[in-house]
Amino acid sequence: MEGQYSEKVMEHFKNPHNVGEIPDADGIGNVGNPVCGDIMRLYIKVDPKSEVITDAKFKTFGCGAAIATSSMVTELVKGKTIEEALKISNHAVAEALGGLPKIKMHCSVLAEQALTGAINDYLKKHGKPTIAKKFKDEHQGHEA
Amino acid sequence: MSPIRKVYLDNNATTRMREEVLDAMLPYYKDVYGNASSVHQFGRVARVAIDKAREQVAALLGAAAGEEIIFTSGGTESDNFAIKGVAHALRHRGSHIITTAIEHSAILNACKCLEKDGAKVTYLPVDASGLIKAEDVRRAITDKTVLVTVMYANNEVGTIEPVAEIAKACKEKNVYFHTDAVQAVGKVIFDVKSIGADLLSMSAHKIYGPKGVGAIYIKKGTKIDAIMHGGHHEMNKRAGTENVAGIVGLGKAAELARKEAAEEIKKLKELRDYFYKGLVSGIPHLRLNGDPEKRLPNTLNVGFKYLEGESIVLNLDLEGIAASTGSACTSGTLEPSHVLTAMGVDAADAQGSIRFSLGRDNTKDDIDYVLAVLPPIIQRLREMSPLYEKGK
Repeated sequence: MEGQYSEKVMEHFKNPHNVGEIPDADGIGNVGNPVCGDIMRLYIKVDPKSEVITDAKFKTFGCGAAIATSSMVTELVKGKTIEEALKISNHAVAEALGGLPKIKMHCSVLAEQALTGAINDYLKKHGKPTIAKKFKDEHQGHEA
Repeated sequence: MSPIRKVYLDNNATTRMREEVLDAMLPYYKDVYGNASSVHQFGRVARVAIDKAREQVAALLGAAAGEEIIFTSGGTESDNFAIKGVAHALRHRGSHIITTAIEHSAILNACKCLEKDGAKVTYLPVDASGLIKAEDVRRAITDKTVLVTVMYANNEVGTIEPVAEIAKACKEKNVYFHTDAVQAVGKVIFDVKSIGADLLSMSAHKIYGPKGVGAIYIKKGTKIDAIMHGGHHEMNKRAGTENVAGIVGLGKAAELARKEAAEEIKKLKELRDYFYKGLVSGIPHLRLNGDPEKRLPNTLNVGFKYLEGESIVLNLDLEGIAASTGSACTSGTLEPSHVLTAMGVDAADAQGSIRFSLGRDNTKDDIDYVLAVLPPIIQRLREMSPLYEKGK
């Protein structure tokens, strides 16, 4: 229904997976601002040999959708190589949650941005070129 | 799993209609179906019921006679009528309107609509408690000003504005004063004559009456044009076949409010203050939004630092508790509350503000239940928030 959260979103909102910090994280992505009401911080642990993301955690200030997309994106990236993780789009996050209300689609963009930010942080630390990704602005009215 | 109990703390959004009100209305949905404008007996019975309701509303507002009360479809229509009706009637005199930054959307968007047609609108600022200064109103009035509209009490934070002082300033400058009293009626004891308002909006569903009906007080002699054109209903001021049952419900709700408001206000204030005391002792990093004293007796708007409001409201909902982030009419926007922003509350703190608005059905047990449920929710969400650092 328009404007309502799916069961899957509520499930992840009620019991979000991977909440917390990784003290020795290999990459951290920080996105959002309080004016739009969401701030996401995403931590990843990467195996340097295989470049597989072995762990992901998050901390989020935001609405139900922001918490659910944070939870879902951390689930989706675990076990993927950074190359594979970079292919995870905001729509994939939203779809995995059974869809998001239109006005909340920007939360999925935020999740993708947080992930990209964490991966770029990792790449930078290892002296590798970072990835420039273009994000579709699904935030009605202003930049995410 | 459904929650163990239901606690409704969103009475500024709407209230539960009283049994007495519904009982008064039912005959007008069943037996009395005549058009109140008809001359035959079917119509006459409906007319009598409307006249009685007009007297009941007039008595609640302290209007001199029933002829100063016009029935509308609710607060939004009353607000639109006041603004557009006066602006149109006085269009040869000027097109400047003064309002405030914290009005309900019905006022703000009606003003925006007139701006498109060339009107000039001044949006007065408020202080940190949400109060307007009568002096600011006085200074903003020019010879082109046709209307000043300032809400009686704010729907989000409950701050009660100095409307009598503002009305006095308007009178001195010979400018009409309208007040949106949708939230004040039944929660503040007043009468239109001692305030000195020329126009006043009210709604039935905020005072335990039905949705879809309201009224506007228009002081005798006030120049205003109809905005709804058609038949000769409502003394040529508002066309359209009267919503008889709704109007009867509004009348009954007004009568009950008049009888019971004083006691109700005392009870609500006690319960609200008990609630706030409990919150303060159970949850750190709180802020009270709105004026601590000049505030509606039922309204408690609290900022939970480091958190965003929707996540709190959703968690409360899972526990059967209804509260809201700001106004129901502005949910669906992403920006922080325009009221809190105007009060100078920073964006992050505004995002984490929740409005609890109590009503006549709430008990101490309800509040104790909320006080038991809310602290662990806040703690859990804070531990998830990147803005929160433990021990801070």
